[in-house]
Amino acid sequence: MATTKKPVAKKPAAKAPAKKPAAKPAAKKPAAKATAKKPAAKPAAAKKATAHTTWDTVQIARHPNRPLLIDYLAAWDPQANELHGDRLVADDPAMFAGLVNIGGERVVLVGHRKGRTTEEKIAYRFGMANPDGYRKAMRIMRLAEKFHLPIVTLVDTSGAFPGLDAEARGQAEAIAKNLADMSVLKAPIVVVVTGEGGSGGALGIAVGDRILMLEHAIYSVISPEGCASILWRDGHMAPQAAEALKLTSDWLKKLGLIDEIIPEPKGGAQNAPAKTIEDVKQAILKAIRELKKIPVEKLVEQRYAKFAAMGRFSD
Amino acid sequence: MAWFTKAPEAPLRVPTEALWNVCKKCGAYTPKDEYAANLKVCPVCGAHGRLSARERIALLADKGSFKEIAADVIAHDPLTFHDAKEAYAEKVAATREKTGIGESIVVGTATLDKIPVVLGAMDFRFMGGSLGSGTGERILQAAETARKLKCPLVLCTASGGARMQEGLVSLMQMAKTCAAIQRLRDEGLLYISVMTDPTTGGVSASFAMVGDLNIAEPKTLIGFAGRRVIETTIKQKLPPEFQTSEYLLEHGFLDKIVARKDLKAYLAKTIRFLTAAK
Repeated sequence: MATTKKPVAKKPAAKAPAKKPAAKPAAKKPAAKATAKKPAAKPAAAKKATAHTTWDTVQIARHPNRPLLIDYLAAWDPQANELHGDRLVADDPAMFAGLVNIGGERVVLVGHRKGRTTEEKIAYRFGMANPDGYRKAMRIMRLAEKFHLPIVTLVDTSGAFPGLDAEARGQAEAIAKNLADMSVLKAPIVVVVTGEGGSGGALGIAVGDRILMLEHAIYSVISPEGCASILWRDGHMAPQAAEALKLTSDWLKKLGLIDEIIPEPKGGAQNAPAKTIEDVKQAILKAIRELKKIPVEKLVEQRYAKFAAMGRFSD
Repeated sequence: MAWFTKAPEAPLRVPTEALWNVCKKCGAYTPKDEYAANLKVCPVCGAHGRLSARERIALLADKGSFKEIAADVIAHDPLTFHDAKEAYAEKVAATREKTGIGESIVVGTATLDKIPVVLGAMDFRFMGGSLGSGTGERILQAAETARKLKCPLVLCTASGGARMQEGLVSLMQMAKTCAAIQRLRDEGLLYISVMTDPTTGGVSASFAMVGDLNIAEPKTLIGFAGRRVIETTIKQKLPPEFQTSEYLLEHGFLDKIVARKDLKAYLAKTIRFLTAAK
């Protein structure tokens, strides 16, 4: 199932990037990526040689050829030992959990699994996990605590699955429990937002000691479409909403909500997946090396202080 | 022009709202004073109307015992957010003015039937009770105060979820509040979550659901995803009782449904039982 590297494009990006320029130049992004030179043979996300807008970033984060969890795993550890089930009701394929060797480092890895082929996408519910997925993730993360292994989580979901069964089995409770439990888990936790960090569904595996984010990934409280349909009363205003939500890595770093940005190849990770996969690996290994030096009790204290400080403003 | 052909300046209308409460669930008319005396519960169908934070505190705290904490923590505008219509900063300032509270939750110390507690109540009138950075910080301070005083924490929720005008800062309040409450619980202290109408989205998926006891008022809307979102995703109609407190009780996510008139006595009895408080 795991497609390695260079996946073949089956079709162009689902949604063409909106050609609209940002409504308010006042709210412009803090520079850094004014390079929208057309990357060869990839028509989808790139557009005319204009400034790179937030909406472009959203398109890149959702690009069909962007490396997915299955690609990272195939490259890092083809023998990854996947573990199944929440020991309550089900095994949720939309959430991967298992024992993985990343560059000689034994880690417990959990992450949202999206598919690439249509069959995979349906089977993995487009990367939207059920409560069973969040509970499985927590169960496997507990193994890391018990056996003194670091935890790596790969975040890439548009959100937790909004379904009847999901609600009946306690989607809210499953996520809430993970937030509480991860905040005191006695193991180093490295979170990498690789694609879409969609709201509570992302956060459910994203409480950690180091929050890394790929340069063109997005991480938001609500999808731009959802925000636009509520506050603009028009889903088509998503590009404006995306701008206003400040969901890009550079803004989130400024706001102190993420620790580190992993740079991407020009135009986005889809242009050089192998390089991105390697860069993410090196960033994870570096973070693990740093965290391993900190005694675990102190780590948990620091984690609390880190999240407690989020949204604390002095004036 | 004859007087009967002249259109009235404003349409004539009997101002029933001033005198009557119209139940949103069953449409029954109840005189306002009678409705208030019945704790804003419809005497016909039993629907529990929304209470403001101050009204909720008056319901649960002993008279004169409530001392607000973290009152200086107010909503911030970390993104300088502006939607199609208005600036968030202006909207929140107007809301503060209108409601007389600084954030969507009011927290403080109080006695509940003589038991010292830290008590918090959300106010749906404040930006739909949404979870902003100020809300998160107030909850964190409430939890830390309870930890310091070694007393139970009772939070009454009423919220549409995270506050999108604060972007990811708001989402992180879910993690922040859960972390604060987990520390409290790890020290053997009691946390009771009282869910009132509505408790949805990011609030249901954080501090509302991690109570040692999860209590709700009858016929309360509690859920993660919105009904419309689910219906369009799974392409089927949802049953009417879906995401009510009765539905959650049946599915195992609530300890108890308690009617408003019994709430204070129930909390006092349960806290006494668990903590041997006098």
